[in-house]
Amino acid sequence: MSAAERLLSAWPLVRQLRDGDPTARGAAAKSQGSRQLLARTAAADRVVKSVCPYCAVGCAQNVFVKDDRVVQIEGDPDAPHSRGRLCPKGAATLQLTTGAAREEHVLYRRPHSDHWERLELSEAMKMIADRVLATRADGWEWERDGKRTRRCMSIAALGGATLDNEENYLIKKLLTALGIIQIENQARVCHSSTVVGLGTSFGRGASSTLPGDLQNADLIVLEGSNMAEAHPVAFQWVVEAKARGATVIHVDPHYSRTSALADRFVPIRAGTDIAFLGAIINHVISTESDFREYVLHYTNAPVIIGEKFEDAGADGLFSGFDPDKPGYDPTSWQYDGAFMAAAAGQRDQEGNLDALGPQRDDSGEVEDRGTPQLDMTLQHPRCVWQILKRHYASYTPEMVERVCGLDRDTFAEVCRLFVENSGRERTTAFVHGVGWTQHTIGSQYIRAASILQLLLGNMGRPGGGVMAMRGHASIQGSSDIPTLFDTLPGYIPMPHAHRHESLDGFVSSNSADKGFWGNMRAYLVSLLKAYWGAAATAENDYCYDYLPRLTGSHSTYDTTMEMVKGTVKGFFLFGQNPAVGSANTRMQRLGMSKLDWLVVRDFSLIESATWWKDGPEIDSGEMRTEEIATEVFFLPAAAHIEKDGTFTNTQRMVQWHHKAQESVADQRSDSWFVYHLGRLIRERLAGSAEDRDRPVLDLTWDYPTEGERDEPLADAVLAEISGWNVDGELLPAYTELKDDGSTSCGCWIYCGAYAGGINQTARRKPAREQNWTCPDWAWAWPANRRILYNRASADPQGRPWSERKALVWWDEERQKWVGHDTPDFEADKPPSYRPPDGAKGPAAIAGDDPFIMQADGRGWLFAPAGLADGPLPTHYEAQDSPVRNRLHRQQRSPARQVYEHEDNRYHPDPETPGANLYPFVVTTYRLTEHFTAGGMSRWVPYLAELQPEFFCEVSPELAAERSLQHGDWATLISARGAVEARVMVTDRMTPLHVDDRIIHTIGLPYHWGPNGYARGDSMNELSSMSLDPSSHIQEVKALTVDIQPGRRPRGPARQELVEEHRARAGITAETGMAP
Amino acid sequence: MSAEFKMIDLLPDGGDPAGASGHADHPPRMGFFTDTSICIGCKACEVACKEWNSVPEDGLNWAGRSHDNSGTLGADTWRHVAFVEQRVPVGGHQSNFQRDDDSFRWLMASDVCKHCTHAACLDVCPTGAIFRAEFGTVVVQADICNGCGYCVPACPYGVLDKREDDGRIFKCTLCYDRLQVGQEPACAKACPTDSIQFGTLDELRDRAAGRVEQLHESGVAEARLYGHDPDDGVGGDGAFFLLLDEPEVYGLPPAPVVTTRDLPRMAKAVAAAAGTLVALTVLSFVGSVDE
Repeated sequence: MSAAERLLSAWPLVRQLRDGDPTARGAAAKSQGSRQLLARTAAADRVVKSVCPYCAVGCAQNVFVKDDRVVQIEGDPDAPHSRGRLCPKGAATLQLTTGAAREEHVLYRRPHSDHWERLELSEAMKMIADRVLATRADGWEWERDGKRTRRCMSIAALGGATLDNEENYLIKKLLTALGIIQIENQARVCHSSTVVGLGTSFGRGASSTLPGDLQNADLIVLEGSNMAEAHPVAFQWVVEAKARGATVIHVDPHYSRTSALADRFVPIRAGTDIAFLGAIINHVISTESDFREYVLHYTNAPVIIGEKFEDAGADGLFSGFDPDKPGYDPTSWQYDGAFMAAAAGQRDQEGNLDALGPQRDDSGEVEDRGTPQLDMTLQHPRCVWQILKRHYASYTPEMVERVCGLDRDTFAEVCRLFVENSGRERTTAFVHGVGWTQHTIGSQYIRAASILQLLLGNMGRPGGGVMAMRGHASIQGSSDIPTLFDTLPGYIPMPHAHRHESLDGFVSSNSADKGFWGNMRAYLVSLLKAYWGAAATAENDYCYDYLPRLTGSHSTYDTTMEMVKGTVKGFFLFGQNPAVGSANTRMQRLGMSKLDWLVVRDFSLIESATWWKDGPEIDSGEMRTEEIATEVFFLPAAAHIEKDGTFTNTQRMVQWHHKAQESVADQRSDSWFVYHLGRLIRERLAGSAEDRDRPVLDLTWDYPTEGERDEPLADAVLAEISGWNVDGELLPAYTELKDDGSTSCGCWIYCGAYAGGINQTARRKPAREQNWTCPDWAWAWPANRRILYNRASADPQGRPWSERKALVWWDEERQKWVGHDTPDFEADKPPSYRPPDGAKGPAAIAGDDPFIMQADGRGWLFAPAGLADGPLPTHYEAQDSPVRNRLHRQQRSPARQVYEHEDNRYHPDPETPGANLYPFVVTTYRLTEHFTAGGMSRWVPYLAELQPEFFCEVSPELAAERSLQHGDWATLISARGAVEARVMVTDRMTPLHVDDRIIHTIGLPYHWGPNGYARGDSMNELSSMSLDPSSHIQEVKALTVDIQPGRRPRGPARQELVEEHRARAGITAETGMAP
Repeated sequence: MSAEFKMIDLLPDGGDPAGASGHADHPPRMGFFTDTSICIGCKACEVACKEWNSVPEDGLNWAGRSHDNSGTLGADTWRHVAFVEQRVPVGGHQSNFQRDDDSFRWLMASDVCKHCTHAACLDVCPTGAIFRAEFGTVVVQADICNGCGYCVPACPYGVLDKREDDGRIFKCTLCYDRLQVGQEPACAKACPTDSIQFGTLDELRDRAAGRVEQLHESGVAEARLYGHDPDDGVGGDGAFFLLLDEPEVYGLPPAPVVTTRDLPRMAKAVAAAAGTLVALTVLSFVGSVDE
């Protein structure tokens, strides 16, 4: 084109006449800018495969990089679980990671100072190492009450669910070697009761299935889960199921976005799910609507329980209760003539084994733990079936009406749906989240659902199971490779201080002798080899004695109390914000104010990092900045796009995310922090003759590093977790682990994640090229099985229960289990296999025992061990409830954990003087637009603007009763605190008729705090520390408050309001404390 | 209505707006079908849009309109999710609140620029900033727009809006840049439940018709389409919807009409008037000559 022509065609009129756009509203009007547009996804230099850092759906992300900086993050369409989609949080990942809200430099607050100072990262690391060593020396404890503990009680850590598995592994490894036991993370406060509930029922404390399998369900029951809001991308499978004809019901005290998509919304009073589920169990049993063949062969329904067992009848107490502890001795719950160890929960059976009598030898082993007695007719009065039948006989539709506030017609409809959608041809899936877990009886909520799924034969089958929706990118991983006080990697219990000090004594006290937990010694020895390498030998019990010991509960709430008492002096926070996210945030801050030092690792200055200068107690004048001696280190963290590593999502799927860019300034990964902290500590301790330092010096801590910053290689850590043999060959599966020191494995259930030297977690074969279970996308524990207990999808003879619900089956010709999923069973063990007399371990599992982690191979309707509050779920009211327990005389769970402290007071019993001061029920939940305690959403403008303020949801009826104006403010008051929230009057909140009373519920999202871009009061100012005794989870899904119109008082008047209310209610140190 | 539109065929061909706008060999017309019956109100579309298009965050305003704090479509909100709480009897569909005789329903719907077949914004834009792209979409070109704002009142849906601190007009481009490299718009890509579907308009219309039929069969008699009809007042939308109630309930105009509909007729009237004036003038001169 000549210059003249170019000039001419630059004149729009020419183009418009020449190019067929006479009115110049199309091609002719296209501007230079439009012609030069190039999508930055197309202009990127490379696409890095990653995983969303928010919730546990674990959506796969494509990270687009241009000139070594991330320019766009979006869903990866190849992914089987997320199919390229992202929720608002996932869609905001670019702003989260590349936005202006992230701190870049280390900040340091001197004791008594009122401001931050800059500090060199290297200097900060040295200072922290010094403080760890000094505080550890001061707080060291060799013995307690005459029993060896070899631990450090003066340091604690909290956080890990937002980190990589490799990072959690290093944290637990280093801190354990230092003798630190008070290690906790979000998994405690979110789903610890799921682990207990599912683990005791089925053998593993993780979701039995995957969201993608919900598409195969005929009925989906969402209960205790606000799935559409908390896990929007996983909810696509519910939508998919609906499109395929499934029915969806949502049982919840609060009508949420999840309810809006359900076929039926079933409102029940917060805290009454066991009454509701128990009544369905009663319906199934009394109408004999159970899947009988499944029940007979795959559950412990036929097992006869010992004579000493007494059910919780009208009084609500099982046998073995000791009001002085208060708590249970569970010995009387055991099978008749057989001793069962639990696969999860309370597993320290030292006392129980002793009770079995004299046959226990010096090593602590009991020669013969007996064989369960069965009555296949289910008629024996002490068989589990009959006990179950009697236990739930009082859980009637009438009681559901009186306790839950649910009309009988709706309840009957729910029962009908359950029964019609279970059996050979049809399956029902349960989906739960923290609406079930966060109760003083949370573990038993999960147990109740487990019982129902076993009775209806829905476990291990397509479209069945219990889908636990977890809420952090790696909260499943931080349970598996725990930063938790009570477990070692792979759910091996942490040892308690006991007289049986040997490795064998520990294994005997904590494991079953049958099933795969019978191999605990191999798992533990391999872990000890991973920790202490060459130093771990047969002669020294593989350094078993290097493990610090527990003496009871050391949960994050117990640690809070220890801080308040002044025992704990040093505290690490890894991406967790207890000043907003833990129950009773005031107690959290009071505890932290007593620390000598605090290390906060996060993106931004969260409330837990700044309480000393702007927390509510500074505002009220109760704390004065200059009087607070706590030294605070803030270390900015690297984001997921700035490091390699794995997250384990809610379906146990371990996904590798690749590093896409270098973090800036002082931002570092937690691997970097822990690795170099360990290195510095080991340098300082080199040559130490102190016995307590041996575990630190003998620790294997020589990880290869890369780059100028010496970043430890996540690959190397994952390989250590996956395990190798003496020849250094990476192991294919946990079945290869040995108890003779010839194998090393950092987490036995992750064994095989690096099989053959290939990072199995980085596999990304597109979903369209695989069957629906997608075995070649990443890797799932255990052994890449996607649906647990899938042996139960076939009948005892190994044939699918129905073609429609086929999953795995026995291939007679090939003499092996085959199917759509990796069999969760020994691949060549025929259905006809019967264990020989005296068989131990896996060999004791028969060919028709689908629950291979269980001591008897069966699903537990009745849990003879593992629970601290009874073998069967029983309805107790919440710690703070406006209603009397109509089902049992026992008002609250008798074994629950409560704490006496003037800032952790409980509300009066219902129908007693003062109870009317806190008349309304509160339930809490997540909003789609925010993330947990807000650290990853309130600072992100695109999310903050969507839900900018804390609000309370109230019904029009309650609004009228309390003169609350929509859009105005309300003050909510509990015995712990007072908060203000904007008033949302909505029909979504419904008053419930409960036993001739109207019960009002207030809905509170819990994401806000005083820092960040979107600010507000924290719901957790209202909640109390009252815990489930089995899992130590707090009750924040059902509590009570008062509500008044208007904003809360400022300054000292805020606390005065709380105290005045307490005084009027007559609350004392004893209120609500009785067992 | 259709007869009327035949009269104003100056506007692009309803079946092929891109072709009528000088895009030879253009790709098929692309659009959105937003199935609000499966919208979970998550707002992923709002965020994904803002992230991709670098649309500014526009303030922390707790509106108290159910979960909607974005308000309306605007220069800084190119996707907007409406939340409608209703006390309506909905049979067994989602009922059983314990209020006497009351049922409850919560509608959610993600709104967006409709990319009209007959786009008034495009007609009135004096600078050529708004143009019909080859995908049949309507795009405001930021490098041309001078912020005159003529398009703002011209839009029958109230989509076009001025970014005050910038002075120019911004709205959904249907991710014009992504479309050019074969990628779907950011909102549709993110949408967790596939409530927002992107594709060729023909295929989407077929799919939508099937979906309505399916919903009717399953008892959701209130399902209906909005903006799908090429014979409606804007010649059909490039972005159309499946709704569960009347459009007004969602804040959508019930019978939108391209605001430039009467321009041709007005032009004819003006031409006629001008002709008459000319004739009269000529006549008056003729008359005066005669004298």
